[in-house]
Amino acid sequence: MLRPVLLGLAFLALAPNTQAQASSPATTIAAEACFGCHGPAGQGVTGGAAIAGMDRAELSATLIAFRSNERPGTIMGRIARGYNDAEIAAISDYIARQR
Amino acid sequence: MSVKLPRRALFAATALLTAPATPRAQTNARLLIIGGGFGGASAASFARRHYPDTQVTLVEPNRRFVTCPYGNLLLGGERQISQITHSYDGLRARGARILHDRAIGIDAAAKRVRLQGGEVLAYDRLILSPGIAIRWGAIEGYDQAAADIMPHAWIPGDGTQNLLLRRQLEAMPDGGVVGLAIPANPFRCPPGPYERISMIAHYLKKHKPRSKILALDAKETFSKQGLFQDGWRALYGEMVEWVPNNRDGKVVKVDPREKILETEFGTRHKVDVANVIPPQSAGTIAIEAGLANNTGWVPVNTRSFEAHAAQGIHVIGDANIPGPMPKSGYIAHSTAKQAVASAMASLRGEAPPEAIYFNTCYSHVGTDYGISIVGVFRPNADGTAIAEVPNSGGASPRGDLPDQRRLEAIYADAWYEAITKSMFG
Repeated sequence: MLRPVLLGLAFLALAPNTQAQASSPATTIAAEACFGCHGPAGQGVTGGAAIAGMDRAELSATLIAFRSNERPGTIMGRIARGYNDAEIAAISDYIARQR
Repeated sequence: MSVKLPRRALFAATALLTAPATPRAQTNARLLIIGGGFGGASAASFARRHYPDTQVTLVEPNRRFVTCPYGNLLLGGERQISQITHSYDGLRARGARILHDRAIGIDAAAKRVRLQGGEVLAYDRLILSPGIAIRWGAIEGYDQAAADIMPHAWIPGDGTQNLLLRRQLEAMPDGGVVGLAIPANPFRCPPGPYERISMIAHYLKKHKPRSKILALDAKETFSKQGLFQDGWRALYGEMVEWVPNNRDGKVVKVDPREKILETEFGTRHKVDVANVIPPQSAGTIAIEAGLANNTGWVPVNTRSFEAHAAQGIHVIGDANIPGPMPKSGYIAHSTAKQAVASAMASLRGEAPPEAIYFNTCYSHVGTDYGISIVGVFRPNADGTAIAEVPNSGGASPRGDLPDQRRLEAIYADAWYEAITKSMFG
């Protein structure tokens, strides 16, 4: 029993490094939905704003403002209303890490 | 044997100790994808980007992909065929093996797929994205030969059908009638026929302003109806006549030689150009593999997209029955990723990840005039149902909103560029 416990600890010790880059499949897929209009990795296309590398907190606040109609949107309000706070935070974090 | 067995056992023990969440199946798993459209190409790109150890093979008969979206802009004279045609080179560069062949048989038990060219491909997981098939003969007289005279232009293939319809519009004299036959639900791209009406009107208004569009519909309501009808009135006046099912709009028979569209109660509409969008089913290989039910579409688990009829086969895109989700390119793109993630999870003995599916369908009604519908959908935990998130999504607001329409036309173009780059890059 000793060895698995030690290995488990080793895995935990490594976790901060690896998790900084890895996202769950659910978060990856939810965040990539944005790329269908904002371009691969959120790099932007003509008419679709670049969002890659935006500040995480700013992105979250923007999406929440779209959701509540505080920030008027052509289409983003309708989209943001499909997601809860935790999902908006996870998506914002993913997009903030895109380069 | 006596030497190998202990070594294999040792390998297994080592693998367990060093990588508890990564059994052998994940490494070098063979993911086979049939169909290189919005579902299949998206699946291939996603798999290569996020599961780089996976061997991805994509089988697609066409060497280049002509998109259904923006095909209507070709009819409107706003795009050339080259602008809606895409190469598979980007997916090749990502390391996907692309086979330009046709899958003709699936052996689900043996996990093998046979190709027309003779090759047999073994897989660990199969993603089937076969698109739609036309139900030839569902409208009396509408067979393959009739489609050469009355194009459907609903499965682009190499673009022949779209270009044929475009040439017919160009050849039609001013004052002619363009007739459309529009099917009942469900069918590929719910707003598509109405964007097509818009883009044909856009062309006619400019070049043949005395002409008319007669849209014969097997339905009584349609996607973004109010928005489309507002736009038709504002931009094209009396040019568009839409006839719903309850006013004898359902076309049941065609006469290609006489260019006649005949409705249920026997009205024979003689037109100059006929675009017949016929009733459809899941793509042929899904039907032949026994994956479809009596609706002609494939019921799937809404979380993994595994077909009810066969384990290990994930059916995505227009071929499945997606609950309230539309048969759209964006849904095919979105659900393709979930299907890949579920397939990979399954090979590790894990459940499919949590899922949110996302859709936006833009339509061009005229110059600087775009409209949209948004949907965010969630499956339940066991994949038996799916629901749209309450109070989210929906269609563009109605009313005199020129800035909204202008921006949505720009965003529609952005969507096309972004999603095709995401699929093929």
